[in-house]
Amino acid sequence: MLEKIGGLAIFSGRFFKAVFQPPYETKELIKQTYEVGVRSVGLVAIVAIVIGAVLTMQSRPTMIKFGAEAFIPGMVAVSVLRELSPVLISVIVAGRVAAGIGAELGSMRVTEQIDAMEVAALNPFNYLVVTRVLACMIALPLLTVYADFLALFGSYIVQSVEAGMSGSLFYNTVMRSIEFADFGPGVIKTIFFGFIMGIVGCYEGYTSEGGTEGVGRSATDAVVVSSLLIIIADVLAVKLTVFFFDVN
Amino acid sequence: MPEKNSTSVKNLIEVSNVSKAFGDNHVLQGISLSINEGATVTVLGKSGAGKSVLLKIIVGLMEPDEGEVTYEGKTITRATDKELNEIRTNMGFLFQGGALFDSMTVGENLNKILQAHTDLSFEEREKRIRHSLQLVSLEDKLDEMPSSLSGGQKKRAGLARSIVLQPKLILYDEPTTGLDPITAGSIAELILTLQTELKVASIVVTHDLPTAFTISDEAIVLEGGKKIYDGPVEGLSTTHHDHLDEFLNAAKLDRSRRENIINKANQSHHLK
Repeated sequence: MLEKIGGLAIFSGRFFKAVFQPPYETKELIKQTYEVGVRSVGLVAIVAIVIGAVLTMQSRPTMIKFGAEAFIPGMVAVSVLRELSPVLISVIVAGRVAAGIGAELGSMRVTEQIDAMEVAALNPFNYLVVTRVLACMIALPLLTVYADFLALFGSYIVQSVEAGMSGSLFYNTVMRSIEFADFGPGVIKTIFFGFIMGIVGCYEGYTSEGGTEGVGRSATDAVVVSSLLIIIADVLAVKLTVFFFDVN
Repeated sequence: MPEKNSTSVKNLIEVSNVSKAFGDNHVLQGISLSINEGATVTVLGKSGAGKSVLLKIIVGLMEPDEGEVTYEGKTITRATDKELNEIRTNMGFLFQGGALFDSMTVGENLNKILQAHTDLSFEEREKRIRHSLQLVSLEDKLDEMPSSLSGGQKKRAGLARSIVLQPKLILYDEPTTGLDPITAGSIAELILTLQTELKVASIVVTHDLPTAFTISDEAIVLEGGKKIYDGPVEGLSTTHHDHLDEFLNAAKLDRSRRENIINKANQSHHLK
């Protein structure tokens, strides 16, 4: 475990050094951003709508009991924007992306493709690692913003069906209840979650060994370690948000 | 292709006293060899004799525990990434499975290297790629993905990628392993043709004797991490050494060996 943490720290250091050094693989970065972002759109949409809808369905009876039905859209919006959407989407996307990166780079390692790039002086670290980590850091915040809207849409559908709430009333109630501190930090922290997802996936794949069995282990470890680190990092992120934005 | 000096033969690779161990397993022990421009050396030995490790040390993919490797006098073992990359543009490396980048077509595999290391225009690159593929008889596979190629085709495409930068030295890691004798023969023929046409030096790691006899001038035999033979290929059959004899006999098409094994098995069965 300690060996893995140390290895991951050195690998991250190598990333920060390589990210400012040529060659800049712009074409590959665009391709990877598409892979991480666009290909996660469907999955994120389903998860986000369900989060919004379920949270609204779960909280309605209690809120009604306390005579606070009018606060449902605001409460859901704050919960979704501050916490649920960034963290759940990051963990779900990590499941898809980190495993994919771990397996892809792991296979490239065991079939000597990474060695072949090294021997051909193609800087595989810049081509494979830097592009994938940056792609995660770009795509995840965008997916989070997209998920924020869809989760609120999910909540609106429930409110509309259960209470006959109009779209404009839902919108106005939400907008009155939220401020930048509810939305901004939630999106910003996903840049770091994206980094975690990308660097863990790349580290596991890039250092994969032990043939096909090793590739499987890389993919599994990539998901487990990145999800765990995202959740741990969230604690720190919440603490920093409270400190800098004075949210209450 | 760099100009060749016809009067003096330049030393390309010098391996001096290289040792490498993985834990208690001493894979290489004090190995030295040198390759001149245009020469072909075959490194023979059983599986696990340290042949591939030697190749990876020469190309800088692994660091030796002791000893040094130089390319045209420049050290590889202690080179910076930049220096190493510069040296590597003069080398081609054919991996066992071809190691084609499987997210790219065959043509893109070659183009990626040309784009990274040359200032050639699109048309010039295309011409060079077609020429390289033509040399390995794969010009019709330009737009194919590696997954649709057979084992032999993958090796040939890998070879085309190794020669696309017109290197001075090509390293081959088991170029014929896993291929049927006919395809293996055609790969050996191809390697020899490339050497003759492009005048490149080659280091070939193999345990395939017919290939070694076809393509190389000199041979080195490794056993237990040590060099047990270093000399002309022809000398392999006249030199006597226990491991060398065992190695050469194992490759013979000889039915008497089969009978010996069956007799031995029958005897031990009767004893029980």
